[in-house]
Amino acid sequence: MVVDGSTTPDPAGQVGWAGHPERVGFFTDTSICIGCKACEVACKEWNLVPDDILPLSAMSYDNTRQLSANTWRHVEFVEQKRSLGHQEPGVTSPPLPRSTTVDLGMPSFGRPGAQDGAAERGSEFRWLMASDVCKHCTHAACLDVCPTGALFRTEFGTVVVQEDICNGCGYCVPACPYGVIDKREDDGRVWKCTLCYDRLGDGLEPACAKACPTESIQFGPLDELRERAQLRVDQLRDAGVSSARLYGEDPDDGVGGTGAFFLLLDEPEVYGFPPDPKVTTRDLPSMWRHALVAAGAILAGVAASAIGASFGGRFDGR
Amino acid sequence: MSDVEVTRSGIRNATPGRDALIGNAGGRPGKRGEKPVVPDAEFRSYYGRPVIKAPVWKTLDIGGYLFCGGLAGSSSVLGAVADLTDRPTLRRACRVGSAAALALGMTGLVHDLGRPRRALNMLRVAKPSSPMNTGSWLLTAYAPMAGAAAAAEMLPDRWRKGAAGRRLLSTARPAGLAAAVLGSVVSTYTGVLVSDTAVPAWHEGHREMPYLFAASAASTAAGLGLLAADPAETVPARRLAVASAVAEVAATRLLERRVGLAAAAYREGRAGRSGRAATALTVAGTAVGAAFGGRNRPAAAGAGLALLAGGLLRRFAVMQAGRQSAEDPAQTVEPQRARLSEHA
Repeated sequence: MVVDGSTTPDPAGQVGWAGHPERVGFFTDTSICIGCKACEVACKEWNLVPDDILPLSAMSYDNTRQLSANTWRHVEFVEQKRSLGHQEPGVTSPPLPRSTTVDLGMPSFGRPGAQDGAAERGSEFRWLMASDVCKHCTHAACLDVCPTGALFRTEFGTVVVQEDICNGCGYCVPACPYGVIDKREDDGRVWKCTLCYDRLGDGLEPACAKACPTESIQFGPLDELRERAQLRVDQLRDAGVSSARLYGEDPDDGVGGTGAFFLLLDEPEVYGFPPDPKVTTRDLPSMWRHALVAAGAILAGVAASAIGASFGGRFDGR
Repeated sequence: MSDVEVTRSGIRNATPGRDALIGNAGGRPGKRGEKPVVPDAEFRSYYGRPVIKAPVWKTLDIGGYLFCGGLAGSSSVLGAVADLTDRPTLRRACRVGSAAALALGMTGLVHDLGRPRRALNMLRVAKPSSPMNTGSWLLTAYAPMAGAAAAAEMLPDRWRKGAAGRRLLSTARPAGLAAAVLGSVVSTYTGVLVSDTAVPAWHEGHREMPYLFAASAASTAAGLGLLAADPAETVPARRLAVASAVAEVAATRLLERRVGLAAAAYREGRAGRSGRAATALTVAGTAVGAAFGGRNRPAAAGAGLALLAGGLLRRFAVMQAGRQSAEDPAQTVEPQRARLSEHA
């Protein structure tokens, strides 16, 4: 489990990859995400993921809504009436010369708080933007429950669906505690982030990390990412952003830590993440025990209903 | 997917719960750095969207399979007991009904697959961590046994004297006994199948689900016996109906208590209606069957049909409850939040 004194679990080694490369993953630092969605686009382009029909969602700038079979990176937008510690620009700009514009009835975009003078007081508004992705769990429920072996653990410690084997049983869909993997209806199979398995094999970083202009999505060996993440969260806390926290980096959590973890600025559920996910197969031995006892109860119950019935049958039978 | 429309009069079909987002947990304005001692009482989510994905299994296919598999498995048990206690019409009804239900249920399983032609991929590995894989192997062992027992019952008279016919007839009892042992597990493993997911209404009830499924399966087997056997031979079926109805009501109660917040998924909406109808049909069928099933053929058949319908609705209710539970982010988040504050 523990390699070279590292605390990072080694799922690839556990499933029998000998001499495998380092476990890699993503560290998504949401504090510097600008919501450009370049990751979503790069992912679709590289992996040839089909288009989604995107009607307006009325969820801020998020019309993608969720991770799905056709969305492997999903940028979330949360609007909050709250200041982001030490990120107020502190700049005041002169008011726009309104007389030169004609009102077309379009929605206007001022700086948040510009109208009510809040900009001068320091903005009481913040964006939370975060690029969500498959977590590539150490203990992956989707992989555990897959009946065909279509989902497998790669030598990089990631979790990937083999599209030539998946028969679309859909078991992984409700098994995932993060709601990541999903069935593509017109295709019948399930799809999710592969952490660009094809690119990793060629020594390239995943498309989303490559495209990210602010290094919000960082790719690398998990050990290194965790060190970097700890430095960053300390830095933010020192700067007064007390709500900064890491999510998914703890190898003792319910999924054994994730291969893709996050720096968040609020509670996980605000981003649609489960606050304390658990791999469902943890309870499997207990479930089977109960199922076998219940099966025994059927055998005993039916037998008991017939024993003595030959006696009782004479009375209420005819 | 929601279909929000922006119209002149405002936003229509807006995602519910989006207002709950704007909060300030983790510190209040003006008191930066101060962490709240008590976790937020208000429930927060990402625009009220579900955290987990709802099961994609079709109710008719997979709910139908849960019913058919339970009926088949428990009927094999009842059929074997009828065989050993010399009740030929009950034995025949159970063996034939069992194989028919199994065939129907497995058809549903294959039909639900996104790629039905790859159904046999289920058997390309042996994987104990996947109840669906274990179940596939279980069905692979069970189906020939149940099939052989049923084939012996269906054998035309003119073939009974031949060598092959005699061999089939002589294997009927051992095959029926093997089918009974395997069938008891076929009846209950589906409880593991649905519980081994992240769906709160299913997973949190993982201790009770196999017993609920066992009781429901036994109840439908009793229903089949009442429907199709000579009333004079249905004493075991009637007793089984009473015992399983009591067990089913008790297991349902226990399950709803155990799942906590997710109990709402079993009580509300379509799941609630199906569940209440299932209980009513099962109780009514049991009462009628116990009172009149021994004398009156039409009453026995009616009672049997009510038990079968109750069993089908029970499985539909469980399927639907899983969907409703997955779609409610509070059922996923709040128990996890409570768990965290317990350990904190």
